[in-house]
Amino acid sequence: MPATIRDAPQRDIAGPASHDRAQQENRKTSMATSQPHIALNRFGYGLRRGESPPDDARRALLRQLDAYDPRPAALAARADTSGEAGELLQLIRSQRRQRQDYLKRMERETEAAMAGPGMADPGMSRSRRQAGRDALPPELRRAFVAGFDVFREDVQLRTDIAVASETPMVERLVHFWSNHFSVSVGKAGTAHQVGNHEFGAIRPHVLGRFSDMLKAAVLHPAMLLYLDQFQSIGPSSRFMMRRRKSARGPRGLNENLAREVLELHTLGVGGGYSQTDVAELARALTGWTIPGLPRTERFAEPQPGGAAFVAVAHEPGDRSVLGRTYRDGGARQALDILDDLAAHPSTARFIATKLARHFAGDDPPQGLVRRLEQDFLATEGDLASLVRALIDAPESWATGPVKYRAPFEWLVSVLRLTGVEGLGARRTVGVLKEIGQVPWQAPSPAGYDDRAGSWAGPDALFRRVELAERIARNVPAGDVAARAEAAFPGTLSETTRTWLDRAESGTQALGLLLVSPEMMRR
Amino acid sequence: MLHSLDRRRLLGGSLALGAASFALPRMVFARAAGDRNLLLVVLRGAADGLAMLAPLGDPAYEQVRGFGLPDYESAPKAGGFFAIHPAFQQVAAAYAENQALFVHATATAYRERSHFDGQNLLETGGTKPYAQRDGWLNRLVGMMPVDGSGAAPKALAIAPTVPLALRGEAPVSSYAPSSLPQASDAFMERVSLLYAEDAQLGQLWQRALETREMAGGDNLRNLRDARAAGELAASLMRERGGARIGMIELSGWDSHANQRNAFNRQAGQLDALLGAYRAAMGPAWASTLVLAVTEFGRTVRYNGTGGTDHGTAGAALAMGGALRGGRVIADWPGLKDGELYEGRDLRPTIALESVLAGASAEHFGLDPEHTMARLFPDRRAPAMTGFVAG
Repeated sequence: MPATIRDAPQRDIAGPASHDRAQQENRKTSMATSQPHIALNRFGYGLRRGESPPDDARRALLRQLDAYDPRPAALAARADTSGEAGELLQLIRSQRRQRQDYLKRMERETEAAMAGPGMADPGMSRSRRQAGRDALPPELRRAFVAGFDVFREDVQLRTDIAVASETPMVERLVHFWSNHFSVSVGKAGTAHQVGNHEFGAIRPHVLGRFSDMLKAAVLHPAMLLYLDQFQSIGPSSRFMMRRRKSARGPRGLNENLAREVLELHTLGVGGGYSQTDVAELARALTGWTIPGLPRTERFAEPQPGGAAFVAVAHEPGDRSVLGRTYRDGGARQALDILDDLAAHPSTARFIATKLARHFAGDDPPQGLVRRLEQDFLATEGDLASLVRALIDAPESWATGPVKYRAPFEWLVSVLRLTGVEGLGARRTVGVLKEIGQVPWQAPSPAGYDDRAGSWAGPDALFRRVELAERIARNVPAGDVAARAEAAFPGTLSETTRTWLDRAESGTQALGLLLVSPEMMRR
Repeated sequence: MLHSLDRRRLLGGSLALGAASFALPRMVFARAAGDRNLLLVVLRGAADGLAMLAPLGDPAYEQVRGFGLPDYESAPKAGGFFAIHPAFQQVAAAYAENQALFVHATATAYRERSHFDGQNLLETGGTKPYAQRDGWLNRLVGMMPVDGSGAAPKALAIAPTVPLALRGEAPVSSYAPSSLPQASDAFMERVSLLYAEDAQLGQLWQRALETREMAGGDNLRNLRDARAAGELAASLMRERGGARIGMIELSGWDSHANQRNAFNRQAGQLDALLGAYRAAMGPAWASTLVLAVTEFGRTVRYNGTGGTDHGTAGAALAMGGALRGGRVIADWPGLKDGELYEGRDLRPTIALESVLAGASAEHFGLDPEHTMARLFPDRRAPAMTGFVAG
């Protein structure tokens, strides 16, 4: 609640002497960041319209840890779609088959027609494709479209929650972890699941244990679909033994998820794993799949989070990963390996580096990385403790901007500052697409890149300027100078102040504030 | 159809030339290397090289690709052994004028089958996915000679954000048509003043303004109109003060099902883009090189849904006014079972990195070996040269 942010004593506003000096030197052209500014902008999503900046920056952040709501009302109203993974996938597959059959039939008919007298119609192929779509049964078409509506509404929901949030630092952490365990709507069947992945597998664990988040995120239907795990089958499983006779059907092991777990979710590249470890983890993961697939449905045992385990598809036997042996225990085998990966020193180093890079700059201070790493190891991956260590670290409060804001972060900050509500799902996705970062649509399983080079592009900047002017025209634009001082407490540069003052109108001033250097960086 | 050519005759003849014959250190000192242009076209999703340039002369082709064979009945031939996909009308015309060439059975150092990792290596020039952070095209920008006026060469992605291949230390710009409402001149002027003293934003903003200026009255809404996108790329590159290096991406080549239609559509798009680009470059085409590449090839055999899955070697396309074109560069590995990579893919016999480094070096008058070492470190293969007429 905002009230709890305000009642702290004014202790942290004036930093150490060196901080003041730097602040004076930087005053004219660049941000000399005050602690309330850092709490709002480096750690959070900026000031919300009508809110006052915190007096005690650190305390304001620490309070967010207690005030965080993993399941706000807006989320509670969302329909549970975790069980629908297989259904949508089946739908897409059957749609594909029907379209192909239809196109083949049309092709044969056209060829037959063309063999006789008459002329080929060059415009035919386009209309045939359209006809191929139209030939689908209406319920199939509706369900297919509905899948993407769920995705768009989830993007809207995520944005709304962040815009309204009184614990924006924790929302930033949710989005950080969601990107760490990136899933993408680009893969067939994932439309219902990518939002649900963040809401169901990330949010509840963001201040909990890393091992719990790891297991939930990796074994969620969205991830099982995205990284092909749902169709990975043990080569010596009972399922494969029976299928040998028929040529068609599943072929066996898929290593995609296992590789990414080691490379992207736990140890990191160079974290000390081999191809053998990848293959062994892949074998241990067999059996973990999604419900609703006709071939395996009757064997599927439901798992928490919406996944299913199919014991007959699980590769039997002990597995050896990073020199440790894991006895065959069905679904348990993969969970045990994930628990150990979560506690591995390489994981601690990898997570510490990424977190430090996110909050303290592209080339994170090594002292901060080491401290986070030690905290991670000492607490066995207690993520709340890790956040406290981050808040305690002097490196987190370094003066001057440390990071260029990524597009989603910039947009949420703009919406909070201007008080724009409910753009509508289609427009929200459209705008995020124009500025280059739609949630759950990262181009690779590594997630969206967290370095300035990915975002600080000329055209990308131009788009923010275009959008800023458009937004400023559509909201009340009074008192911009005071709002600027509040949004960037003790930090607004003389240059920005000057050009806000000289703006031709309040609308223009607000537009300029939205693209000011203070707004672009944190 | 030709069935009589075997690999030995192919390599001995003039239809296609082995990699080795191009490895000779052969420097081209272009008189005005600073005014030359390079357009990199990245085909995302793994374009099928065996459809792009069908090796009809390989006796095994009919057996593995009989299903798609009718497509090539009246297709333009390339060197007698290969046929150019019929959708490549403009490319084939350039080929006939010795201004286009293909490199076949080529691949980067990547031997797995993930689009993400494959594209990462294609763009970073690394040997391991995600190990290298900047792109080889950006490193090339850093090596380029200054132009006649002494200004640093401009590099530009025809995209909203800068793709990995162009990311790095050298300053680059990006431009793409958007459906956002244009900002008013008054607002843009104020933004210029606001950013004037900010080193990073000031520079980004200046480059954005310059690029928008170059794009002029572009009223495209997005890059889906391939012909218009080609014209746009040319309009940003053909003038003296324009971009020397350009990059454009064409996605949608992942054809797991119903490939004949899908490929025909995609190839038509690429052809329209390249044809429009060539025409719109005007006199600047004489000093322009286009390289069209993809992350990997596709399986040799069709799968059960009339498509192909992720494979290994594929084909690359080069076009340009100064190119020694009208040929196919290939050390043809063959399509028989035993000749395939892992029993399923076209075997790579030419390193794509050697092609990219060699062609770029020659085009800009750089030392090929130095260029290879800079753009694609830790490679055994030397830069391939002989692409550009001296």
